[in-house]
Amino acid sequence: MKRYLWIGLLLLIALPAGAETPEEKGLAIAREADRRYDDFHDFKAKLIMTLKNRQGEESVRYMRNRTLEVKRDGDKSLVIFDRPRDVKGTALLNYTHMKGDDDQWLYLPALKRVKRISSSNKSGPFMGSEFAYEDITSQEVEKYTYKWLRDEVYEGQKCFVVERYPEYRNSGYTRQVVWIDQKEYRLLKIDYYDRKNTLLKTQTFKGYKRYLDKYWYPDEMFMVNHQTGKTTRLLWEKYAFRAGLKDKDFNKNSLKRAR
Amino acid sequence: MMENKREHRRVRPFILRLVMLALFSPALDLANGVGANELSGFIEGQARLFANSATHLGQADQTVSLAAQPEYFHEWETGSSFTFVPFYRLDRADSKRTHFDVRELTFLYLHDDFELRLGVRKEFWGVTEVLHLVNIINQVDFIEDIDFEDFLGQPMANLSIARDWGTLDLFYLPFFRERTFPGRSGRLRGSRVVDTGRAVFESSRGKWHPDWTVRYSHTLGGWDLGIYHFNGTGREPTLLPGKNDNGNPVLIPFYEQINQTGVDVSYVTGSWLWKLEALQRFGQGKRFVAWTGGFEYTFTGIMETAMDLGVLAEWMYDERGKKAFTPFDNDIAYGLRLTFNDVDSTDLLFGWVQDVRNSARFLFLEASRRFSDHWKASLEIRTFFSQPADDTFFSLRNDDLMQLELAYFF
Repeated sequence: MKRYLWIGLLLLIALPAGAETPEEKGLAIAREADRRYDDFHDFKAKLIMTLKNRQGEESVRYMRNRTLEVKRDGDKSLVIFDRPRDVKGTALLNYTHMKGDDDQWLYLPALKRVKRISSSNKSGPFMGSEFAYEDITSQEVEKYTYKWLRDEVYEGQKCFVVERYPEYRNSGYTRQVVWIDQKEYRLLKIDYYDRKNTLLKTQTFKGYKRYLDKYWYPDEMFMVNHQTGKTTRLLWEKYAFRAGLKDKDFNKNSLKRAR
Repeated sequence: MMENKREHRRVRPFILRLVMLALFSPALDLANGVGANELSGFIEGQARLFANSATHLGQADQTVSLAAQPEYFHEWETGSSFTFVPFYRLDRADSKRTHFDVRELTFLYLHDDFELRLGVRKEFWGVTEVLHLVNIINQVDFIEDIDFEDFLGQPMANLSIARDWGTLDLFYLPFFRERTFPGRSGRLRGSRVVDTGRAVFESSRGKWHPDWTVRYSHTLGGWDLGIYHFNGTGREPTLLPGKNDNGNPVLIPFYEQINQTGVDVSYVTGSWLWKLEALQRFGQGKRFVAWTGGFEYTFTGIMETAMDLGVLAEWMYDERGKKAFTPFDNDIAYGLRLTFNDVDSTDLLFGWVQDVRNSARFLFLEASRRFSDHWKASLEIRTFFSQPADDTFFSLRNDDLMQLELAYFF
């Protein structure tokens, strides 16, 4: 009896140290992917968003994005709309928080009014596009739970395939499946499953470039809605990292300055 | 019209001095002009159709007008900027509605620790949707519309200090703008025309009485609050009965010296937005208080679509009762806002205001939509019901209005 006990104990100790559950492995991959963007401090970029419907008709939106990294919490971001011209000067200020709702303010240039808005439901579309607010706001690790599914080759690159479940109560998704390349931990593809657990959208990331010898950012994000046939293409231009942005560029006064 | 011209002659040298200061000040590295140099703005055609014939003598039954508001903006590397926004409307029916204004002519100096804003500007404070009660800095361009959402440019020097403990704004307002009112052929007025040419001021310095405002604002979690104190010439005139040169009865605007404290608070929690605006005013009659507050709840993605439905209710109260300038002395407004979240930013607002004490009701509908990249159409419908004879809106009872606007943005 004692001998079996000893063998049992030995086996337990001899188990490989790296054995993780799929949940732990998924979380570790998400953490590493997030860590790759640490200390970018701030960045500015121009965005061109092209919406296309099933008939092939296009609508283009131009906007500018500024983001500030905040230690121990989510990022602060300011999006200013440039085109279409009737919404020019409209701006959205967002403070992402790891836990709880984000803080969000909308600036209405016609009245010059700063309006605090509810951000508890981010499943709605951003500017009529196929990107929901929850797709484009700062993706903190804490906002999901994870499970590693398998390894796979996607577009010639070895990838981790990880499933993630939004912690966020009002999410439009039951789950998302993410392809992350094993070499640089970049997001390559995301499949979104709606509340009925049917495949709703797929987002692909293209044109990754390396900035400041460290950070990989894509030139293009493309979202296809499989259920409506509509697509949205987001083109990022003129990335500028560590552009000297500070807290004062992300408050209500900076919203009012947005032009 | 004449009064406006006199006003502009006085304001022009002051504005010129500001512009000279901005252009030739050595402290500002203007040679490093970077970025913007942008020209934008809109041109708009507006048609107003009144459902019923005019109540008062001289009024027209419909009107068309054309308005233009170009905007020039330039920003330097430092973040400092210059803005010029002139506005002009040409109205067919009412010559007083044809008017020109400098909405903005301003220089913004951005420093790490503060912002200094000089010139003609617009500053808006408020959290409610139906009645904008505490907003005070800019004079209402009442002839544009009766909803208190159009303002005349206000000359000012404003220092803004944003810190962790909140933001402090100091305003020096050297020149007063008088409220615009419809002329004899204009609708949306009472039986007596407001004779803006005969305005009277309590202060012997008239429009040159220097006014001051201090405001503190802060955000704490879901709370946004602001509190200010204003000292100077009240923007809201007391309308006194009088006679014009022809001996016809008119209303004379009387601008009094006031001290006003105003507060605006909003609280967001989940899909709820709670709001409150309140003020206390001394110097215009007896001391009085007024407030407006309520909530807004948004249903995101209703009925499995991308549309949002907002439900709002606001209570408006003014201690002055019937003597209040705004008609909402004790009224409750209900509203529904449908945001389509589509490519054309289609938006619909339907509202209903009910007087708490009498049968008076006011209904409004606002809809807007973009057509192609540059055009935007807006529709507004307003109707007044069951106004008893002593209700402020009684003189507008036949001014049910449908307004269509088509604007080109460039």
